[in-house]
Amino acid sequence: MSARVNSLAVPSPTPASGSGSGSGGGLWRVAGTIAWRSLHTYVRRPDLFVPSLVFPLVFLASFAGGLKALGSVPGFHFPAGYTAFQFVFVLCQSSMFAGLFTGFSLAFDFESGFARRLMLAAEDRRGIALGYALVALSRAVITLTLVTAVALATGMRITGSGVDIFGLYGLAALLVLVGYGWAAGVAFRFRSIQAGPLMQTPVFLIIFLAPVYVPMSLLKGWIHGVASVNPATAFLEAGRGLISGVHDHTALAFICAVALILLFSVWMLTGLHNAERSA
Amino acid sequence: MNEGHLTQIAVLARRSLLKTLRQPFQLFPIAFFPLILLAVNASGLKAATRLPGFPTHSYVSFAIAVAFIQGGMFALINTGTNLAEDIESGFFNRLALTPLRRVSLIAGLLVGVGVLGVLQSAVYILMSFLAGAHLDAGFGGALVILVLGSITAVAFGALGCAAALRTGSGEAVQGLFPLFFVFIFLSSSSLPRNLLRTSWFHTVANWNPISYLIEGFRSLFISGWDGTALWRGFAVAIGLTIVSLLAVAGALRTRLQRT
Repeated sequence: MSARVNSLAVPSPTPASGSGSGSGGGLWRVAGTIAWRSLHTYVRRPDLFVPSLVFPLVFLASFAGGLKALGSVPGFHFPAGYTAFQFVFVLCQSSMFAGLFTGFSLAFDFESGFARRLMLAAEDRRGIALGYALVALSRAVITLTLVTAVALATGMRITGSGVDIFGLYGLAALLVLVGYGWAAGVAFRFRSIQAGPLMQTPVFLIIFLAPVYVPMSLLKGWIHGVASVNPATAFLEAGRGLISGVHDHTALAFICAVALILLFSVWMLTGLHNAERSA
Repeated sequence: MNEGHLTQIAVLARRSLLKTLRQPFQLFPIAFFPLILLAVNASGLKAATRLPGFPTHSYVSFAIAVAFIQGGMFALINTGTNLAEDIESGFFNRLALTPLRRVSLIAGLLVGVGVLGVLQSAVYILMSFLAGAHLDAGFGGALVILVLGSITAVAFGALGCAAALRTGSGEAVQGLFPLFFVFIFLSSSSLPRNLLRTSWFHTVANWNPISYLIEGFRSLFISGWDGTALWRGFAVAIGLTIVSLLAVAGALRTRLQRT
């Protein structure tokens, strides 16, 4: 591994700068090496691997299994059934948390000193940010594959078309990047795993202040007001629309996701500059 | 147990209580997380009260019981983390070298947890009133909740002690938190057991002792004095305390041999 990381070192005496100094090749070389290393670590360490798989499955089991009776509440109409209704929530939550868990890894690498050495060696430091983004996406592929397999094995119905399902997983990929962008920005700024709650709590709140258990029309009181301006509502409604084939706020969800990715990219890259200055 | 032992227990209990009360990052989640989860679940799941057979019209009154279990889980994390810190810093070893009795060492810690259990239960009762819940069993019911809340905190706190003594690592104790969340999720925390329609989930919830603990607290809010729910709740809390204390005794013996 150390040989791979050393291969990132800049041969010239000029120190690497944060942006623009490296060629496109350098950026991808750094990103690829980080992605390989982190994914390798991830699959070899059960303490990282198991929780990221267990959590979505517990959510799926307890919400789709335990709350199935909610599917018969008057006014609840969802063509694909309650399991599919909750599967979309678990899909969105797992995607965002795949990004968050990668932020944890980044913070842990800073705490152990590895990320600082990486910053000295990287040709183009933006490759570090990009590399961890690739890690987040790869982790999400593993998690979402397992969650989907379990949901299908337990009788989830999909009434949307193939294109709809492609759109659903496309939205999930964007949500991975949303979660990662936020968490990486925090990790670059604090460079400590102690910032974990700061990464996790806002995402947790945003996800749960949306129509998680029942459709928007059945939410009453203050949560209806909050959910109606919460972007997570658009993600859930679009995802449920795609899995059932009855589209709902699909364009809005994709626009929100892309806008958040752009916003958090700025947050992450300014965080990277912050880390560079500190190093 | 003579006066000297009681003094030892009192001093260690005071230290245990103050150690938690003086650390805002330990105190904050005790009130914040149950409040947030109650707010989110009570609003999001309010529609469940329209299901035929749902025992109350107020989902807040139904859901508040979960806060007491979460309080127990925070007792587990805080007690375990504090003890692990003492082990990591060497304080525990120094304490073990004094003439302090083994029983006092853990009893002091758990008495502190029991007092904290009463305080946090009082906070949750207050919180439930502010959120609009109705305590059907009245003032007497509130007193029973304080007692059950305290025993629950001791039961979970002792589990935290056992984990800390076994591992000697605060990080390992923190890792138990998600594990116990699974027990809450796979119980009758969100819907009554008779409305759990997925057969495997119904079976798991029936076998999960946390269901009966939750129902013990819940019965006082939604159905007044329900003897069956109460004895089952107390039986689980006391049973869990006994099991946890046995685990602590074993772990303490091993830890002190290493010392």
